[in-house]
Amino acid sequence: MAQTVIEKIIQSHSREEVAAGRIVWMDLDVRSARDFGGPNVVKNFEREYGPEPLADPAKTVFTFDLCAPACTLKYADNQQACRDFARARGLRVFDVDQGIGSHVLMEEGLARPGGTAVGTDSHMNILGAIGCFGQGMGDVDITYAFRTGRTWFEVPESVKVIVKGKPSPRATAKDLTLYLCKVLGTSKIALRSAEFYGPAVASLDLSGRITLCSMITEMAGIIGFIPEELRNPGPSAADFPLAGTPAVGADAGAAYAKTIEVDVDGLEPQMALPPSPNTVRPAAEADGIKIDSGFIGSCTNGRIEDMAAAAAVLGGRKIKPGVMLKVVPATRRVYDEMLQTGILKTLFESGAIVLNPGCGGCAEGHAGLTGKGEVEVSTGNRNFPGKQGKGPVYLASPATVAASCLAGEIIPAAEA
Amino acid sequence: MREFLLHGRIWVLSGPDGRLIDDIDTDQIFHNAHLHITEISQMGAHALGNLEGWKDFPKKAKPGDILIAGRNFGAGSSRQQAVDCFVALGVSAIVAPSYSAIYFRNAVNTGFPVVRAEGLDRAAAEGRLHSGDEIEIDLQTGRGRNLTRNEPLGLEPLSGVQREILEAGSLFRLKRS
Repeated sequence: MAQTVIEKIIQSHSREEVAAGRIVWMDLDVRSARDFGGPNVVKNFEREYGPEPLADPAKTVFTFDLCAPACTLKYADNQQACRDFARARGLRVFDVDQGIGSHVLMEEGLARPGGTAVGTDSHMNILGAIGCFGQGMGDVDITYAFRTGRTWFEVPESVKVIVKGKPSPRATAKDLTLYLCKVLGTSKIALRSAEFYGPAVASLDLSGRITLCSMITEMAGIIGFIPEELRNPGPSAADFPLAGTPAVGADAGAAYAKTIEVDVDGLEPQMALPPSPNTVRPAAEADGIKIDSGFIGSCTNGRIEDMAAAAAVLGGRKIKPGVMLKVVPATRRVYDEMLQTGILKTLFESGAIVLNPGCGGCAEGHAGLTGKGEVEVSTGNRNFPGKQGKGPVYLASPATVAASCLAGEIIPAAEA
Repeated sequence: MREFLLHGRIWVLSGPDGRLIDDIDTDQIFHNAHLHITEISQMGAHALGNLEGWKDFPKKAKPGDILIAGRNFGAGSSRQQAVDCFVALGVSAIVAPSYSAIYFRNAVNTGFPVVRAEGLDRAAAEGRLHSGDEIEIDLQTGRGRNLTRNEPLGLEPLSGVQREILEAGSLFRLKRS
């Protein structure tokens, strides 16, 4: 029977016949836990399984990215509990120096096209960017995966999203992604796998694909795939050893729940206004709103391309006095690239605060919080009330965040 | 072995307009400031602690109460605490038109009943569902009843896996297939 991308990947990891709507057991190539969720996994494992073995220590890892290095005693304790468990069981730990776990899994080649991976990160479906079925799960699920290497999954229906037209040169992958958050909302692809087609998505480089696939969770989808060939890999592709491997494509005649066409012709920079990533308007409509801080980073916009886009906007200029610009590379590798290319110096000299790799502003503590009334413009993926502190958060592209920090108020990025 | 017939007082997560609040995310249910907590017994005090109008929920909730929520309940992060905080308070089930995928799995796997019910939005909007009503739900058959208003409440029956895990107690107790 003709299968969609998600059906094909699950089929290659299951002994049962896979079709949308069926609940099947599937094998997991990678099971991971972070410094959030991880300590609960350790606790669950010790309580439920005691000395029983893990299905495969070589496929089981910890990644610390939330509070790196630990800024509270509780996090320090929790991270150490994971390290102790990992040492006793022979598991690899990508520690607080390494950056965002999902990105590290791609850089290390653990997550691969056509593979399956789970972790205690609701953005683990970002792995769809390289054609891997990644899924965020809670600590009960992950504990079971550590022990058995398997999980049950209800095979989702798929939606074909055809993106038509050519965005304006001012619009980046993030602007396209935010626009899709608006059009698809939290219902159009909810609980489904989305396959994106059309030149505007096929032409995205790997970092742009990461940006799009990182926000499928905000569209309430299971995962997003871009099956068309990666013709324009971009600098980040060099960081991912398996990124050139052909992605899994859907079979001709595969069944879709529906097909949605989205017209992005002439799309201008977009912005998600508080209180949700789906409250998206052209950034120009928010023009002039005074800001107190900016954040560039997160699994959505933490690659070298994102840092380069910000640096290009900043040029040799200084950010507006009184505005804090917090910059957090996704991984240590990105940090190194910033160092080698001089981007780090450009950002530093603009007045930006450049932190070590990790989740940054999306995690409580790592890159600071917003106080009551503090307006932040961020490249993150969520601006739910209270997510990054008490202040209102506007989501935008790295270029728009950089431009806004120069101006001290929201201003859409000009043409690069 | 779980009880499949539940009877309890409901809390309807509605806004000032009486409509169910959609897209309640895990930071509103269990804020990331408390993510370091790993003891379930300590989680109850933070349930709905970042949801405007519901911050006193842990004080009001009693064991056996049933939560009625809006569409896409539990959006956002994968944190198990967003389920466990209700377990800690003794909430016996959640009924909502839909859930985020991860939230739904987390609840199923820990053996906490989460039930889908399409018609809840309308019932709430039309004033046929209020906090304090007593309802009865049968997880096996998908039949429910608002006892206070003597009206039926249509639920989706549980899937096979969900029933097996509920019967076993949790995913950990499920016989390995």
